[in-house]
Amino acid sequence: MKETVYPYIANSAPSVKKRMLDEIGIKSADDIFAEIPEHLRYKGTLNMPKPMLSEYEMRRHVEGLLHRNLSCQDHLSFLGGGTWQHYVPAVVDTIIERDEFLTAYVGDAYADHGKFQAMFEMASMVGELVDMDVVNTPTYDWANAAAIACRMSARLNGRKEVLVSASVSPKRLAVVRNYCLPDIRVVTVAFDHRSGQLDLKDLEAKLSRETSAVYFENPSYLGFIEGQGAKIAELAHKVGAELIVGVDPSSLGVLAPPAQYGADITVGELQPLGLHMQWGGGLAGFIATRDEPKYVAEYPSLLFGITPTTKAGEYGFGQVYYERTSYASRERGKDFIGTTTALYGIAAAVYLALMGPQGMRDLGLGIMQRTAYAAKLLGALPGVQAPHFTSPSFKEIVVNIDGTGRTVAELNRALLARGIFGGKDLSQEFPELGQSALYAFTEVHQKDDIARLALAIDDVLTHAPVMA
Amino acid sequence: MTAKLGLIVNPFAGMGGRVGLKGSDGKETIRRAIALGARPEAPGRAVEALRALGDLASGVDLVTYPYEMGEEEARQAGFSPTVLGSIARGETTPEDTERAARDLREAQVDLLLFVGGDGTARNVCSAIGRELPALGVPAGVKIHSAVYATTPRSAGDLARLVLEGRVGRYQDAEVMDIDEDAFRQGRVSARLYGYLKVPADQAHVQNMKSGRAQGDEAALVAIAEHVIEDMEGQMERLYILGPGTTTKAIKDRLGIAGTLLGVDLVQGKRLVGADVGERDILARTQGVPATVVVTIIGGQGYIFGRGNQQLSPGVLAQVGIGNVLVVATRQKVIDLRGAPLLVDTGDPATDQSLRGYRRIVTGYHDTLVYRVDG
Amino acid sequence: MTARVRKDYQQARWNEPIIYELSLPGSRGVLVPEPEHDVQEAAGDVLARLPEGLRRKELPNLPELSQKHVLAHYLHLSQETLGSNITNDISEGTCTMKYNPRVNEMLVADPHFGELHPDQDEDTVQGMLEIYHRFAGIIREISGMDEVTFQPGGGNHAVYTAASVVRAYWMLKGQLEQRNEIITTIFSHPCDAAAPATAGFKVITLYPDKQGVPDIEALKAAVSEHTAAIFMTNPEDIGIYNPRVDEFVKIVHGVGGLCFYDQANANAFLGVARAREAGFDMCHFNVHKTFGTPHGGEGPANGAFCCTQELSQFLPVPRVEYDGKKYRLNADYPNSIGKVRDFMGTAGVILRAYAWTMMMGADGLRETADISVINNNYMLAKMEGIRGLDYAFRGNGIRRQEQVRYTWEQLKQDTGVGTDDVNNRIADYGIEHYWTSHHPWVIPEPMTLEPCETYSVDDIDEYVAVIRQISDEAYRDPSFVKAAPHVSASHRRSDDAALDDPHKWAVTWRAHLKKTGR
Repeated sequence: MKETVYPYIANSAPSVKKRMLDEIGIKSADDIFAEIPEHLRYKGTLNMPKPMLSEYEMRRHVEGLLHRNLSCQDHLSFLGGGTWQHYVPAVVDTIIERDEFLTAYVGDAYADHGKFQAMFEMASMVGELVDMDVVNTPTYDWANAAAIACRMSARLNGRKEVLVSASVSPKRLAVVRNYCLPDIRVVTVAFDHRSGQLDLKDLEAKLSRETSAVYFENPSYLGFIEGQGAKIAELAHKVGAELIVGVDPSSLGVLAPPAQYGADITVGELQPLGLHMQWGGGLAGFIATRDEPKYVAEYPSLLFGITPTTKAGEYGFGQVYYERTSYASRERGKDFIGTTTALYGIAAAVYLALMGPQGMRDLGLGIMQRTAYAAKLLGALPGVQAPHFTSPSFKEIVVNIDGTGRTVAELNRALLARGIFGGKDLSQEFPELGQSALYAFTEVHQKDDIARLALAIDDVLTHAPVMA
Repeated sequence: MTAKLGLIVNPFAGMGGRVGLKGSDGKETIRRAIALGARPEAPGRAVEALRALGDLASGVDLVTYPYEMGEEEARQAGFSPTVLGSIARGETTPEDTERAARDLREAQVDLLLFVGGDGTARNVCSAIGRELPALGVPAGVKIHSAVYATTPRSAGDLARLVLEGRVGRYQDAEVMDIDEDAFRQGRVSARLYGYLKVPADQAHVQNMKSGRAQGDEAALVAIAEHVIEDMEGQMERLYILGPGTTTKAIKDRLGIAGTLLGVDLVQGKRLVGADVGERDILARTQGVPATVVVTIIGGQGYIFGRGNQQLSPGVLAQVGIGNVLVVATRQKVIDLRGAPLLVDTGDPATDQSLRGYRRIVTGYHDTLVYRVDG
Repeated sequence: MTARVRKDYQQARWNEPIIYELSLPGSRGVLVPEPEHDVQEAAGDVLARLPEGLRRKELPNLPELSQKHVLAHYLHLSQETLGSNITNDISEGTCTMKYNPRVNEMLVADPHFGELHPDQDEDTVQGMLEIYHRFAGIIREISGMDEVTFQPGGGNHAVYTAASVVRAYWMLKGQLEQRNEIITTIFSHPCDAAAPATAGFKVITLYPDKQGVPDIEALKAAVSEHTAAIFMTNPEDIGIYNPRVDEFVKIVHGVGGLCFYDQANANAFLGVARAREAGFDMCHFNVHKTFGTPHGGEGPANGAFCCTQELSQFLPVPRVEYDGKKYRLNADYPNSIGKVRDFMGTAGVILRAYAWTMMMGADGLRETADISVINNNYMLAKMEGIRGLDYAFRGNGIRRQEQVRYTWEQLKQDTGVGTDDVNNRIADYGIEHYWTSHHPWVIPEPMTLEPCETYSVDDIDEYVAVIRQISDEAYRDPSFVKAAPHVSASHRRSDDAALDDPHKWAVTWRAHLKKTGR
């Protein structure tokens, strides 16, 4: 008995429905569904929870579920590892909540001119951060950006192997591995367990004319900064391989972009630039290259270019497209292009416009200072090695507690009881690092927050272990 | 730089069709058609195509031949043409068309627009080959050549894009040689005559959701790569490459100097026989594994019988129907509008064995399953 | 009431400069908290300690504006964009542009969602895990499938996940080298070919028969011991439900292949027909389409991938599970394909979709399906008689479901005005550009429209009236239509060839300045 008139369904009012059915000349929707053979029709009623027809009831229900969560505003959090807590300026949220941007889709650059201009500006500003002239409309996340870059490289030089630093994010590496199957081999290159730096001897031993690309992350997943970029580029280029570097753009106000030490393709994560974490759902990956046809031809994303219109002086936008007709390799087309994360790109544009050059510098500098400060405080605790790696860090450090005889799991449980989300437990992902955790420090952390962390850890370590 | 448009009108094209005569070559046929009340079709089609150029008339240099071979039509459409050459008014011949094409090539036009049918296309082709971009405005009876736009207006639209500099891609299209006498007696006997270089349609379609599909040039390379990969896995196998734009792309990709209109033999990725006839093929494929590679020739969808008669029923029997590889770009298949591929080997039994669903290689590891009929 | 056509519509046109042109050096849009003095002192000169060559020498070239000017600029750009919530977006066929409820945006804005980190202890995100689990239950019910993952970031991505699962399945059996072909149809979504190709498969494409339905005889000719799977969209974008879809499945199963059901076009079949009853092993949904979440200008989005118990071992990890007391994340699946995306997928889309579905309920979903097909058939009836317009496979004896692919081929032949021209002109009436078709255009001059359940009878009447109006304009004054849009936020691009020219294209402002010599 469908008596309900739904606020989201305009024609569900019975009189309206009847008028339309009469126009078509049928009795009900079943006359249309009659095209579906009887045996394929679903006979029952879907077994679903009772609906909450009023907005109030539904909201109360869902908010009730959400309020069972403890967020990084309720607790003090030092989690990072691929998505980070940064401050999102109010203007960013205002813009991406606008229905015009929020609910647009794939209209052309006439009725949707504004969206295209916003995306072009995002590409322009990210391009300046990474010092490259071509930036794509963002893909799903950094992981996919890296994976796509590997395949782009394989297409353009016809080679079937990529060398990847063993210190890259294991989850990103999992995405890359799946995406490179079945024909591109992914081989890891060792890194020094004290400095974190890539083992150049191992790299050289593994480089060959089979190598399509070398990929490392800077700052690395484990927080340290890779200082050998120029040398790695030289070695890769010597065998004709591409260099792909993954970056956290929140660092690029103070760190040199990889293009300036030899990277051919830069990939990274837009989330730190004005996106809430959203339980890992706030990700958007970018890919950037030099403005050369051999790269432009390989993007499996939409590239939007600025272009004149029939009205002099007006800006227009359209799809840039270049088709290489001499394949270096037998790749079947350019992967697939679909709906990804455009709105997040607009958020990043607004963020970068608000921050400006000085803001990005202040951000990066302040983050490094807080991280260094935290390292000092934590490193002073007995049995705690912070940072574990000797190379300078940007926003994350590995904190090792082997010297305390405790596990990170225990420590984190105890910290949780004290209202703190401790650093990510690395003992499964990097067993060679022992009982280590990845701690992130951003501009949201004040001195008292870091001091509180140090005190809490100290407190936990000097007391008997907490039972699970 | 003012764009230059060349125009040739074959005033007698299509005249036979209206009064039930097939084709319109030869003075005698024309005379009979006129006696039956036929009126020239081509001039009207020419004007229609030129009108689609609209406001470009002032900005384009139109170069053409006198009177009904283009001058009159151009003026009627609002152009002030440059007129070259000389003709006998009312008595134009295929030689006039060829001469006009050569003169327009000398004049370095950006596009040669010709109005007529298969015969006209042949004349243009023999005069200039693929040296100039060309495009046909249809005015003949059923046209077999693939160098024609679908309508006069669409020809004009595409010409306009070319003259505005908005077409970046050109592709080879087949010109078919129809035996007019046979045609008039109800038999279609066509063969691939040559190629013209025509502008690619759908030149700049944006696709804001999932990006553009592969262009024809890239598709041809992909198909070639697919076949070559096949060859690399079977170096002793003899590949019998028939004529056609797609098979030509394979030859180009291999870097071999195959013949444009003939059947070539490739083994171990090398040319081992050029422009071979049926007897040669039969001799060479005795006891040797072989694959016949064919493509769609002309606008009617034929894969056998329209320019590759060397691939006879005898050859197919010896090679084996299972060793026939059909290659074509996806766009060429789509242009068939759902009509099946056609075969006409001359032997009904062979035709029958070719019928059914076959795989067409349309890209690298990319095939289409399509119907073949007789 | 008689259809209202917006004759005096004028889109906002700000002639907005590129943001770099608005830069006022020295301006700040937002200030960043500075670390306390103690922190700075303890840290020391952090930049000096950076390795050689890693210190950024010059500040990045970003624009400098005060806050209000950034806000105004992007508000201007938003006014020059037609989101579906503000326009009659029957236009974007296959995209299911239904209303995106504002209440769901309030849920997303709640810090108990927005400020969650995915690596938090499971005990602290029980609410989020429960939402994922409940919505998975709903999707399982709607599809009839056994297991679901929300990790893929969109429809294409879900199809790629399917291809990865198919690959893993055959790899485990040690038959991947032999099972190297995937079959699809020409009217299925391009990703049904492109994603398997990316995953390493050869693609076999079937053409439709005379009715516009995939040709089952072609399928019989296409299957073999090389068939790894079939990937098919049903109904296809032309709006025809394949009545023999289960026979297709049987044929593929008959050679041992797997069957994947692309359900991007699921809106009209909620509670009406399921993947399970048709026999499929896998299916997917575009959550952002069918379940009412915003499209974001092309993302963020989500693809729910569903499969049978047997195939669930290959699903990406971690999976959300319930042990009777608590919700847990479980990554202990040795045969998993690993990950297709970092963390848990686009959680914001799942949150909104769950909220939408909880308000609709089973009856509401069924009503959605009913109204979708009624709207579409009403619209088709009203479109009858518009000059120059036809629709694909007219007269094939099969009613369309929720979409129709129209064709302007006749209009193009009569007037020279084609679908791209009509599509530009429609913006002059305050209507978003419509979806033509995926490439290649099998149906010439296509226009694909989807009046999903959000659109009222007045919306449909308006749309038909506008289409009729544009058709009349094309016959009366084709060059006027070909020069459209006239009152949109910007005018026609004038040099499309430049976008394909390496010497001229510019994807960033800096590239543009370089190439225009500034």
